[in-house]
This record gives sequence, C-alpha cells and structure tokens, in this order.
Amino acid sequence: MTTKHITRKATRHISQNEGLIFEKSSPGKAAWKLPPLDVPDVDTATLLGRQERKDLGDMPEVSEIEIIRHFTRLSTWNYAIDLGMYPLGSCTMKYNPRVNEFVSRIEGLANGHPYQAEKISQGALRIMKTLSDCLLEITGMDAITLQPAAGAHGELTGMLMVRAYHESTGNARKKILIPDSAHGTNPATAATVGYAVENLKSNGRGMVDVAALAAQMNEDVAALMVTNPNTLGVFEQEIHKIAELMHAKGGLLYMDGANMNALVAKARPGDFGVDVMHLNLHKTFSTPHGGGGPGSGPVAVKKNLAPFLPAPVVTTKADGTLGFEYNRPQSVGRVRAFYGNFGMFIRALAYIFANGPDGLRQTTEDAVLNANYIRKGLEGVYDLPYSTPSMHEVVFSDKLQSKKGVKTMDIAKRLIDYGFHPYTTAFPLIVAGALMIEPTESEPKEELDLFIEAMKSIAEEVEEDPQFVLDAPHNTRISRLDETAAARKPVLRWKPENV
Amino acid sequence: MRYLPKSPADRAAMLQAIGIHSVDDLFSPIPAECRLTRDLAIPQQMAESEIVDWFKQRAKENGEGYTSFLGAGAYSHYRPVVIDALVQRGEFLTSYTPYQAEFAQGTLQAIFEFQTMISELTGMDLANASMYDGSTGAAEAVMMAVRITGRHSGVIARSLHPEYRDVLNTYATHQAIPLRMVSFTDSGQVALKELETAVGDDTACVLIQSPNFFGTIEDVEAIAEIAHKRGALLIVSIAEAASLGIVEPPRTADIVAMEAQSFGVPLGFGGPYCGVLATKEKFVRQMPGRLVGQTVDKNGKRGFVLTLATREQHIRREKATSNICTNQALVALMVNIFMTVYGKIGLRELAKQNLAKAVYAADQFSKHAKVLFAGAPRFNEFVVETSEDPYAINSRLLGHKIVGGFPLKKFYPELGHAALWCCTELTTRSMIDTAVGLVAESERSVQTMKEVEQEVVR
Ligand SMILES: Cc1ncc(COP(=O)(O)O)c(C=O)c1O
Repeated sequence: MTTKHITRKATRHISQNEGLIFEKSSPGKAAWKLPPLDVPDVDTATLLGRQERKDLGDMPEVSEIEIIRHFTRLSTWNYAIDLGMYPLGSCTMKYNPRVNEFVSRIEGLANGHPYQAEKISQGALRIMKTLSDCLLEITGMDAITLQPAAGAHGELTGMLMVRAYHESTGNARKKILIPDSAHGTNPATAATVGYAVENLKSNGRGMVDVAALAAQMNEDVAALMVTNPNTLGVFEQEIHKIAELMHAKGGLLYMDGANMNALVAKARPGDFGVDVMHLNLHKTFSTPHGGGGPGSGPVAVKKNLAPFLPAPVVTTKADGTLGFEYNRPQSVGRVRAFYGNFGMFIRALAYIFANGPDGLRQTTEDAVLNANYIRKGLEGVYDLPYSTPSMHEVVFSDKLQSKKGVKTMDIAKRLIDYGFHPYTTAFPLIVAGALMIEPTESEPKEELDLFIEAMKSIAEEVEEDPQFVLDAPHNTRISRLDETAAARKPVLRWKPENV
Repeated sequence: MRYLPKSPADRAAMLQAIGIHSVDDLFSPIPAECRLTRDLAIPQQMAESEIVDWFKQRAKENGEGYTSFLGAGAYSHYRPVVIDALVQRGEFLTSYTPYQAEFAQGTLQAIFEFQTMISELTGMDLANASMYDGSTGAAEAVMMAVRITGRHSGVIARSLHPEYRDVLNTYATHQAIPLRMVSFTDSGQVALKELETAVGDDTACVLIQSPNFFGTIEDVEAIAEIAHKRGALLIVSIAEAASLGIVEPPRTADIVAMEAQSFGVPLGFGGPYCGVLATKEKFVRQMPGRLVGQTVDKNGKRGFVLTLATREQHIRREKATSNICTNQALVALMVNIFMTVYGKIGLRELAKQNLAKAVYAADQFSKHAKVLFAGAPRFNEFVVETSEDPYAINSRLLGHKIVGGFPLKKFYPELGHAALWCCTELTTRSMIDTAVGLVAESERSVQTMKEVEQEVVR
C-alpha cells in the first residue's frame, strides 16, 4: 500500500484465534449446575421405553470461562454500528439505543407468558396499543397488525390482505406489478400468495414510469408494490397519480416501508394514496439487527382493508381494559403464533418516546442531510447513474472503476480495510454495479468525512494499482473466501472427522 | 435529541457544503400536498428515566411475581446469565446479516455452530440459520415438502399446536395446498388407522408434533412408516426443544420444524422466538432460509460464508424457495449459548428434571381430578380434566398469584373442562402442592354441590 493512502479510521490490531466450540470440548467439563431435585426421581426407562434418548452425540462439554472467551473472541471478528458507520443501503443501520435493551428486559415484560389471562396482561397490551397508535399517526393509516416477524413477513401479510380484499369483491385478480428496482422479497412474496409477478420498467429518472403503468394497469392487476422513496433513494414524485391510476381500475397500492426513515414526521403514506404498507421496526425504529434478526414488520392499512387484518387484534373493551379480539370473520387468518415479536415492540416504543415529534423530525432531516452530504462529497469520483435528488440514501455505480476491472464488490472489500462496513452491493438491479449508500442520522460529520475520504482514496488506488484493490481486504483476519467451493460441496455442520 | 450526533454548526457547515440554505430544500422532491406540516400527535420527548418508569409501570400491570403452569408452545426455563452478557455485546447486537463474510466471521462461525448443534439434537443431517418461529417454520416445511415431492396436499395432526395449524392454513390456502386433519386417540396420540386412510398418492407430507400439544410423545417411527409407504414426507414439529435432552429425536422424519424458545429465550409475551428447520442432506436445495457453510480463504485458512444463496429471494426473486430475508439471528445466538452451557450432559439432566416434576404433578393431580391421555409417554406437560370450568378455577388461582393450566376448550371443544398443565425445572414442589390443593378444593366443592342437589331431589 502506498503511504499516501492511510486509513485514519482503522488500524491493525491483535485479535485472538479461536476454534470451533466442539474442538474445546472434553468429557467431564461443565458450565451448568441444576438445583437438587425436590420431587422423587424417576426411572426414565420405564417412563419412556424405546422413546428414551440415551446419548446426545457430539454436543459440547465446556466450562463457563471458555464459553465467555469463545463468544467474546468471535464477537471481535464482527464489525458493528457500535464501532462505526454501517452504510448498508436499504438497511437503515442506525444507533440501537441501550435503554431499549434495558426496558425490554424488565421482569414482568420479559417473562410474560402469551397465554396468561388478559387481566394480568394489561401492561403488554398497553404497550401494543400505544405503539399501534403511534405507528398509525406516523403512517397516516387507519388500522394495524403487529403480528409479522420481519419486513418480508409483513409483505406476505399485506399481500394476503390484498388478496382477501379482492376476493371479497368476487375476483382475486391475477397479478402484482413490481418496479424493476424492487427488493427481491417483493416478487418472492407475491409468488407465495399465488400471484403472478409483472415487472414495471423505471423511467430515465429512476422512478415508476407512469405511462407504462397506465398501459399495464388493468382489471387483472391486484396491486402495485412500490417502495417509496424507492431503492435508488428517490421519492416517487408522481405518487398521487400512481395511486389514482391504481384505484381507477380497482387496484390497490402497496408500499414497502423499508425506507420510511426518509419520511417519518415529514410525509405520511396514508396521505399520498397508499392502501397497505409494512414498516420495519428493525430499520426505522432502531431495534437491533442482531446479525440478521429478529425483526418486526407491522402492517398498516386503510379502513377498507381493516376487516382482513390477521386475528387477533388489540381492542379496548367496554370496561376500558384492553383485550384481544379473535372474532374477525373476514380475517386472512394468523401469520404467526401468539402476537408477533413483542420484544421489538418495547424497543420501538422506547425509541419513539425518546424522540417525540420534534426528535423524529430532526432524525429524518439528519438522515437525508447525511446522504446528500455524501453524495456531494463523492459526485464526480463515482458515477451517479441518476441525477434525481436523493433522500436518505444515494446510489452510485462502479462504471468509472470497472474500466480498470474493479467492481463494486472489490471497492466494498477495500472499504473494510479503511474501517468501514461496505455499502449494499446486491441491488437495485437497474444499476449495474451499484454502490447503495445509506448513512442514517446516527453519523456525525467527522465520520462522514472519514468515509468520503476513504472512498476517494480507494478511487485513487483503483487508478494507481487496481490489483491491490482486487486483492482486498488486506487487514482482516481472513482474506476473501472461496464461495464457489462452499456452494459446490457444502459443509454445513462440524463433524468429528472434519478435524 | 440525544441520539443525534450533530451541533447546529455541523448542520450549517454541511448545508453549505451541499450548497443549499435550508434542510427543507432536500425535501422539495416530495410534492407539497404530500408533506406533513404539523407535529405528529405522539407523546413528547421523554427523558431516559421517564422511559424506564413508564415501562416499569407496564410491567407491574403484567403479572409480575406470579407462579405459572403455562406451557402450550411457550416454556419457562432458567436462562443462564451468560446469555444476556454475551448477546448484548455490540458486535453481535448491532451488526447486520453477515453478507460481508470477512467482516462478520463472528456471527458466521456462531451460526455454523448453531447449525451443528441443532442437527445433532434433532438427528438430522443439517439445519438452517433460523426461521421466524415454530409456527411459520412448520408452514415453510410443508411448502418445502410440496416442492420436493411435486405433490399438492398435506395431512396434519390435530394434536399439532392449534396456532401453528392456523398459520399453516393461512399459508396453504393461497398455495392451493389442501390440508386434511387427523384426530387423536384416547392416549392423545395420532390415530394411526385414520392416518393410514388419510395419506394418499397426492400427499406431500404428514405433519405432526412430538411431544404434541397435549405433551404426549408420538410414535414417530410408526407414523413415518405410514407416510413413507405412500411416498409422502414426514415433518415433525417440536415446540418444546428441552424434550430433546431425553426423548429420542425423530430420526425417521424428513424435516424437523422446531421452535427453540425453550433454549434460553425469554417468554417475552410470545416473541421474538427462534424457529429452525433441519433436514436430510438430499433436500438441502429445497430448504428455505439462510445457511452458513465452511470454506477456506486464499491462504487456505478456515472461514465461514452464507452459502447456497441461489435458493433465496435476493437471487431467485419470484422463484425463490421462500421470501424470508431477516430471520432471528440474535435469538438463535441465545439458543446457541444455552445449548453450549448445558451441552451433552446438562441437556439430559435438565430434561430429566422436567420429566420428574411433571410426573410428580400429574400424580398429585390424579388423586383429585382426572389426568387424560394416560396411556402414552409424556414429557413436561399433561392434561387435567376437572368438574369445574378451568377458567373459573384459574380465576380463583390468580387470587393466589398462580397462573393455572391452559384451558383446552377454546381449541378442542370436545375436551370440555380439560386444561393443559406444564412443569419445568423451575416449578417447585411447593408450587405444585399449592396448585393441586386449590384444584382439589374446587373438585370437593363441586362434589358437595352435587350431593346437596341430590339431597334436594330425594
Ligand atoms: C426494500 C426492502 N424491502 C424488503 C426487505 C426485507 O425486509 P426483511 O429483511 O425485514 O424481511 C428489505 C430488507 O433488506 C428491503 O431493503
């Protein structure tokens, strides 16, 4: 590496080697102790007969300190928001407030059983009701379910409701229109609900092509699934017209709310014609991503779709107490056992409380300010395929760098050496070699400056020594991994003979 | 706002760098008629101390300090404190799905270990990184079986968790997968004769739960034989993971759909929990959800990556095996740590204590009321039939700070005054004795009432 390209954010650091937990196991070690049994012991052979399990195979036997060290060492091999900017576009990797974690672990909330009597569940129900009210106000919608477990699960729930709505009018219709910029879960969901997927081309400005929509829209179309702002970070400026076009032919407008961080307290989907949408509490409302979940994907709808919400819904009873309403004859049914990822409801509500109306507005403004600051800083250095104004994220392409044979994934890997998590590379598919960057409001100006500096520095490296970038990362514990080999002959679990 | 890391001067400098005067300019792409020009009507900003107080208040209204005999798909087991100490490390808590393997080896190796332990415990070849929960996992397993067999209907045990059945119905309706129910015998097990006639040439799978919703352990081998004879797959749903410490795993199943909440995940009023699918190697390419695989880097060093992604939505879009994306990674990490703490010997001892407590409690109850389904082996749940409506009994128990068993009438009207009781290693003998005493009192008073009535008639 040339001395010119110093990484001001990160430096090499010793990290501990650590094998698999099974490699530490040996008979007789233990990290558990049960209290003495206060009832008569049982003869398992008589009780269970041939159903008795005699042996737990290769399960580990290790001590407590080994477990602490094992997982602590593993943790140090991860990057995290707590370490710095995590600009994964479409993922809204914002600060996860610690008070959220604290309140979600309060006894009585953490230990509530889903089937305990409503009389002793008023606290949990109040949390669900308050969160629901806040989310309805934020989205401008009329009714909501908190049951879905993540964004894609919310999409599924929403699409089921779209179907139920159309069925109630006598015709389920056949297909769903989806812009070519959409996330992969959108078409996958439509298929799960039994709809055919029809692609909708974007126009030259990266928005839904309204003329194309008008041509494709007919009585076979059940709904249009839009993401707004879309995955280019662009607000669909003709959203009113889009809604009108859909409604005129009896179709519905579904909004993927993955990008609500650009709109909270500034604009409400319910005010621009959306009929049904999902939110991601694990994006917009600060619940932690945890390395891939848990999430929570509430679905909000307009009045005409409310009868189809999954059962049960929270209601206020005649005596003022809260309860679950199960008697909903038109409901799409359940999409999950119990009531959803309740622990995430607590965290999201704590976040809303900490912000209030002014804090949420400032949050949105800062998120959009940060994205535009990065855009300004990198314009010219990286190709900007759409010059349309950006909201909370900006999408560049690797067009300039690919002339030297360097692709978005290579730049992403090199960014790791500079101490940043990469941006999103996988989509939107309408941009060849996309660099989708979403800083969120959680980044101070200094971190953004370091990021811009790092990206500029990498662009220079591409010019000077493309191979060096192609070989990145250079500073991680391991270099690029052989993914082809992993998929060709999958090794999905440890076995003693692997050693 | 205390989470926002900018001074007014920072904001001004950034606006200037962008070349605009006001942040409002950045929102001009939103048509004026779509913009919100007022404050949201939500609670005002609260201090951290106020937030904590508000939630503590809610906890007080939420059955704090009650003794519970509820199970029915959500189990109260002790959670070793190392679990929360470790999962709250920011590097686990605040990282995303491990798409960039070099920067996420911690999460990836942990998932690989999780997959290994789940495979080992369930007796399957491999397991995925997690599903949302046991109910959606079971529904995904049925869809997987439909893809594998090319057949289009399913046979479902009525003794499968009723809410899992509801979820499956929701999913299956629009996949055009007709479902047939098979009832249970007097011992609470799947009615094998009925099953035999229900499984046909178009049956993709038989889906049962074991231990089932009544806590009864099914004869998995016999059921597998019936399914396999007609070319159908067997899916076994496991809602009480702790049973795997002492109950033989369903090795003859083709897919195991498990809810792993029992392994270190708080009850949390129903979620987040941790579903997981495990299966045979030959079915891996039809498996939904994320999979972590072992590989090597350029220098031959062992490392882990997300693999077989061509099954997933971000590559295959509408042709994917499932639409699942974000799953339950951090909860799976809790499960992982729990399994590591108890390990090979501890999980068995833990399960044995559960068994012993349930045996003791069922014996005590049987002195005063009827314990149903006595003919088959059980794990840590059992069904008690009382003369009085269990809702009435439970409401009296609440006065003693005891949450009684789950009344079954709602889902199984034919079971009348029966309730499902659960004991775990946390249930003490004195708790059991107190609850049994109160139920016995109710039985006696019903008895006395009856005698009085008979007196009157005479
Ligand atoms: C635009 C968009 N839609 C849907 C999803 C799926 O959400 P989830 O991962 O919560 O299922 C994502 C997730 O990254 C997304 O970015």
